[in-house]
Amino acid sequence: MSEQEKNSPILDKRSSRRTFIKNSGLTVGGLVLGGAIGSLVAGKTETTTHTATSGSTHTAIDYSDTRQFFVRQKDFDALSTAAEIIYPEDDHGPGAITLGAPYFIDKQLASPWGINTDDYRKGPFQPGEVPLDKADIMLQGVRKLNEVAEKNFDGTVFKDLTEEQQIAILTSFQAGEVELDLVNSAAFFALLRTLTLQGCFSDPLYGGNKNMAGWKMKEFPGAQMSYTSYLDEEEFVLIEPISLGGHKHS
Amino acid sequence: MVIKLPKVDVVTTGMGWTGGIVAAELTKAGYHVVGLERGVERTIEDYLHGHDELKYNIHKELMQKLTKDTITFRNALNDTAKPVRDEGAFVVGTGTGGGGAHWGGQTYRYFPYDFQIRSKTIEKYGEDKIPADVTIQDWGITYDEIEPYYSKFEQMAGISGEPDPLAGHRSIDYPTPPLKKLPQMKMFHEAAEKLGYHPFVVPTANVSEAYTNPDGETLNACQYCAFCGNYGCEYGAKADPIVTVIPTAKKTGNFELRTNSIVTRVLYDGTKATGVLYKDTRTGQEFEQPADLVVLTSYIFNNVRLLLLSGIGKPYNPKTGEGIIGKNYTDHHTITGAIAYFEEKKFNSYIGTGSLGSAFNDFNADNFDHTNLDFIHGGQIEVHLMGNEPITNNPAPFGTPTWGKEFKKNSLHYFYRNLTVVSQRAILPHKDHYLDLDPTYTDDYGDPLIRVTFDYTEMDHKRNEFLVEKINEVVKEMGADIIDTIPMAEHFGGRFTFQHDGGGVIMGDSPENSAVNNYMQMWDVDNLFVCGASAFPHFGPTNPTPTVGALAYRAAEGMIEYLKNGGGQLISKK
Repeated sequence: MSEQEKNSPILDKRSSRRTFIKNSGLTVGGLVLGGAIGSLVAGKTETTTHTATSGSTHTAIDYSDTRQFFVRQKDFDALSTAAEIIYPEDDHGPGAITLGAPYFIDKQLASPWGINTDDYRKGPFQPGEVPLDKADIMLQGVRKLNEVAEKNFDGTVFKDLTEEQQIAILTSFQAGEVELDLVNSAAFFALLRTLTLQGCFSDPLYGGNKNMAGWKMKEFPGAQMSYTSYLDEEEFVLIEPISLGGHKHS
Repeated sequence: MVIKLPKVDVVTTGMGWTGGIVAAELTKAGYHVVGLERGVERTIEDYLHGHDELKYNIHKELMQKLTKDTITFRNALNDTAKPVRDEGAFVVGTGTGGGGAHWGGQTYRYFPYDFQIRSKTIEKYGEDKIPADVTIQDWGITYDEIEPYYSKFEQMAGISGEPDPLAGHRSIDYPTPPLKKLPQMKMFHEAAEKLGYHPFVVPTANVSEAYTNPDGETLNACQYCAFCGNYGCEYGAKADPIVTVIPTAKKTGNFELRTNSIVTRVLYDGTKATGVLYKDTRTGQEFEQPADLVVLTSYIFNNVRLLLLSGIGKPYNPKTGEGIIGKNYTDHHTITGAIAYFEEKKFNSYIGTGSLGSAFNDFNADNFDHTNLDFIHGGQIEVHLMGNEPITNNPAPFGTPTWGKEFKKNSLHYFYRNLTVVSQRAILPHKDHYLDLDPTYTDDYGDPLIRVTFDYTEMDHKRNEFLVEKINEVVKEMGADIIDTIPMAEHFGGRFTFQHDGGGVIMGDSPENSAVNNYMQMWDVDNLFVCGASAFPHFGPTNPTPTVGALAYRAAEGMIEYLKNGGGQLISKK
């Protein structure tokens, strides 16, 4: 690696390819490597598309920001607000809403995962066990956020409360103090927190971590194929992230 | 109606490491082996497009779905066990490769002390050192006897490493050099050496350079990409049965793999195992596969379950101490230590492999004097660089809220400014800890699930306190600004998250204290071999696979001898 390349914080794809071939000593599995090297070389970053129509410029519709699971707007608003409180926008960068976490959560709950298809679901359910699936828990939980808000603050829905009020309500959920049907409010909160973080930092292919902004904020390089060029680095090396979508051949 | 198939020489139940090793060795010796595997067949092409934390690390794509099979768990004999329902709480591989597809690849040997734990403890400290309800026993094999098989496993898997100065002797060097020592590892080495300890780079199946094994299979060089444990390796740089022993078996022409085939019973005529009964998981069609040798090569829970469901061996009774099947169950999912935060350092912790790291064993096995300690055995102190993935890792010093503004600020700040030093430790058996069939919960076919009864003992807590103190000294020496000690829960919580369980079909030198001899051959049933960590009389301090692999090579040698000699016990009963 040349001095110049060494100083560059960005992964130089050509150099990586050479180093990669040299280090791996691969003679078999050409098929596999075709894909692997291709992904290093292709390495394009995702960009938002702007389309000009009739002289006016507007952002193209992001069709993935369409709800599959949450039907009522009010439910989705409570979810989005709660996710943003859990992972808020600040000086460091975007929060859950900008990162697309609410849409990520919506898609996860609409998927087989949302109805626990890979979990053991046979009864009897004993005290402390939750017989509800994840979609049931989340729907009930976000409706309860609004119910508690409206009851305590003169009919104001959760999203229209002050930040302090929202934090207070979420804190009571986390402490298990809010009564829910067949599930503890702490279990709902834990699921909400887990899903929010997944929506901020999973591969963008799932609808969250939009434009890899979560990874960029965290300085995480994403779905890289090799780090052999950096093993001796004493200082932190910032590498521009790549997503699985960025691996695709054009 | 059951379809009866023509008899074969050998049938195995599962195609992970043990099934793969048995298949490779027996087919090379000219025997016809049928490998039954409940999952699908995988090749490394299936691991492309796999750098996806959500899919593999969190949703456990490579693991057995719990809808088909799980376990139930309780802490104590009087509790009612609950099923482990959540995909994240019970990890068992499925498909060809099995646990060998998703493992991280740490490949330590157990210590000479482990194999003779009872006699060596008594010799040095007297019988009173062992509490009455701690049912440790010698393994029926010594370190010197198992050593050649460890070497055989390491040569097959291309293990990269350097000798641990405090481990048992080695007859041959590791086949490939150790992985690179990253700056964090250098810090650990310097601190440990300063304190007078003996650190070494962790031996690993993430192979440091291209390597062709004695069977002619090639492993490629590890790329340190960090998508390793819980993932399959698309480079073929992690030793996995699908790039080593299974291709070896296939090349012979004597191996037949049948996927989507779940074994439900071992057929047993009161003297011999005559074959197995299995189902096509897609159609439900039942088949009988007769065989001269039946080899159980599932994960430990299913090995034990198949014996209990088939009425083979006497089930263990914790109240009387009688019986053997299910005895000495040990869980090895408790790893604690300390999280160290460094304000002035920023590590490239996105780099990693399933087993990149360093360790020392000055407080492991009987490498230190236990005269004034109220526990026996110990643990390995270790630092791992597995690659900090962004969903799972949001490190923030204790006292930071788990959500909100301060959580975000701290978890971003410390993401690359922390190291975790931990200790894996031995888990010793207890008379109340065992496996049996659950009285309530069943699988899709109506067969009872395995029930786990397990909790921490007083010794586990004492051993933990001792090790954590040593860990804190090391991280302090490394210059940590903040040290958070990871607490050990009072009771085991029932999360089985990386396939480290042992016992249930334990080995020993006599049918009085064991189910199998040191060839994994059942004392009661000459043509039935049970491979895997189910044979461990206690759980050694570290990862089970090398010992499982070594014992499988020994077992395969015994099977060949059995078939050549036309049957009989390979070891005379004591």
